[in-house]
Amino acid sequence: MTPFTTLTGLVAPLDRVNVDTDQVIPKQFLKTIKRTGLREGLFFDWRKRPDGSPDPSFFLNDPRYQGATILLTRDNFGCGSSREHAPWALLDQGFRCLIAPSFADIFYNNCFQNGILPVVLKGEEVLVLLKEVNDTEGYRLTVDLDRQTVTTPKEVTYRFEIDPFRKDCLYQGLDAIGLTLQHEGAITAYETRRSADAPWLFTDLRS
Amino acid sequence: MAGKTLFDKIWDSHVVRAEADGTTLLYIDRQLVHEVTSPQAFEGLKLAGRRPRRPAATLAVPDHNVPTTDRRLGIMDPVSALQIQTLEDNCKHFGIPLFNMSDIRQGIVHVIGPEQGFTLPGTTIVCGDSHTSTHGAFGALAFGIGTSEVEHVLATQCLVQKRPKTMEIRVNGVLSDRCSAKDIILAIIGKIGTGGGTGYVIEYTGDAIRSLSMEGRMTLCNMSIEGGARAGLVAADEKTIAYIKGRPLAPKGEQFEQAAQAWRHLKTDLDATYEATVVLQAERIAPQVSWGTSPGMVSGVDERVPDPRTMVDDKSKNATERALSYMGLTPNMPITDIKIDRVFIGSCTNSRIEDLRLAAGFAKGKKVAKTVLAMVVPGSGLVKQQAEAEGLDQVFREAGFEWREAGCSMCLAMNADVLKPGERCASTSNRNFEGRQGAGGRTHLVSPAMAVAAAIEGHFVDIRHWH
Repeated sequence: MTPFTTLTGLVAPLDRVNVDTDQVIPKQFLKTIKRTGLREGLFFDWRKRPDGSPDPSFFLNDPRYQGATILLTRDNFGCGSSREHAPWALLDQGFRCLIAPSFADIFYNNCFQNGILPVVLKGEEVLVLLKEVNDTEGYRLTVDLDRQTVTTPKEVTYRFEIDPFRKDCLYQGLDAIGLTLQHEGAITAYETRRSADAPWLFTDLRS
Repeated sequence: MAGKTLFDKIWDSHVVRAEADGTTLLYIDRQLVHEVTSPQAFEGLKLAGRRPRRPAATLAVPDHNVPTTDRRLGIMDPVSALQIQTLEDNCKHFGIPLFNMSDIRQGIVHVIGPEQGFTLPGTTIVCGDSHTSTHGAFGALAFGIGTSEVEHVLATQCLVQKRPKTMEIRVNGVLSDRCSAKDIILAIIGKIGTGGGTGYVIEYTGDAIRSLSMEGRMTLCNMSIEGGARAGLVAADEKTIAYIKGRPLAPKGEQFEQAAQAWRHLKTDLDATYEATVVLQAERIAPQVSWGTSPGMVSGVDERVPDPRTMVDDKSKNATERALSYMGLTPNMPITDIKIDRVFIGSCTNSRIEDLRLAAGFAKGKKVAKTVLAMVVPGSGLVKQQAEAEGLDQVFREAGFEWREAGCSMCLAMNADVLKPGERCASTSNRNFEGRQGAGGRTHLVSPAMAVAAAIEGHFVDIRHWH
């Protein structure tokens, strides 16, 4: 996984609440057996008009947000389906950081598995940033994971909270499975203990 | 010392190790696997040279992509076919039990887990699917995960977790006649909102919950995620134990008695507390119909479509305006004036035998409106077989419903069962997101009884007063 340390990047706004992962990437793109190449499905139904032509009012089609690496959005982003294709598609489009007042649990977790930093700021802070993005062409934010801050072009700094373990994994780009496997002994000990208490959980279901 | 909640008891019995900051390595007893969210996980294992730790604690089934028409014709879509073939190849390679498309036991992953006795009280169960919360109906801690975590569980049988908060949702009283678990959960989501349960595990309690059948409890827990909660729980009781007994993968003989004894103690202590509590009165729950593009946008069938102009909060106002525009609805119109084009009875929420019996009971001797195309998709091959043995398929066919093969079907429309742009559907599924059942399609979430009545009348009716 690519580590996340600091990022200074162009910000794209998506001023909608409860954006579900069906909108982030619709079902027809879930038939793939790969993790890559999913940007063509990103916000597919919102990018196009009913006749299939690009909708110029949607941010992804707006030249001023081309190359954006930070997505600024509203409450409960990523709700609904657990599809990891949603963060894969965002990453494939170039987004490394998402900022919102809240995220849905499964989506939030999936971001960390893919080197994407989801930043939770207060609702009113997000509204301020949304206004600045809309008013300022080429608006860029600096996100510093170590200091847990988001800094605006006018040097206004907002602090965010993040779980220390998640922060560490993201900062170092650690292999989560490799970390768990270091506790192989503890897992085996648990299984031995548990199979004495609840033997019915350890019968071979294939027999 | 304060007592423990049901959640606490399950969590505590699955801690492999805990760090000082609360980061916990949690043991996962069981994993369900389907074709859509697993290929990249298996690929990851292969690339890293890893093997599944307990393939025998895993059960795989294709469900999202499978056709609901004649299976002998195969899958027309080559991309879907490849994904299903990939699941079969991976299961064979890693020794994971699989019910393939031609197996009578094939079905929606959240229907077959309970059906086979794979789902047991007190266990931790995961699946790369947000509706894994369904299995909480058995007093199991069951939640959806992403593909990276599917790989993590395959490789280690563990997940790294932080302890979530607990929320009690107590539903007192007795449900009105013809109202169901679906109406309860839609009313709950309407009350707490789609993000109201974020960060929580919900335990459902109260007389109205205890009175539900096991299948009703599955419907209830299934949609916990639509309220933002990764998991929902109902404590096991004698109904749970009776339901599990004799199922193919359930413990047998003396071991079953030993397990059942343990399950009887798995409940929240009287002196335990939750971090949040929400209370509803069952008598006040009308049959529910969603009118918007998020499951929290829901009303009683006896109400009207809301008017965004009367809303003070900008966030709700904008979201409502956008939803009504997408749904093609006028503010203040009675819900019962909404005319529909399609009806879908199925999905991991409402496709079990009791759902089909109840729906057939309302459909018997009636005819689907000429303007409506209606279909019934059983949750599994075994549900289908049982329904046919009881003659339910005949009842549906005579009433003008299509009777299909088992699968996820038009709940998410990954196979050929799709709404056309602008089509309006009364659906027993769980999500009314924009485009969920097909680009431009409009979904109204309802119970099976409400879906049948809408199919017959061509518009929503209050099932409590329908003859």
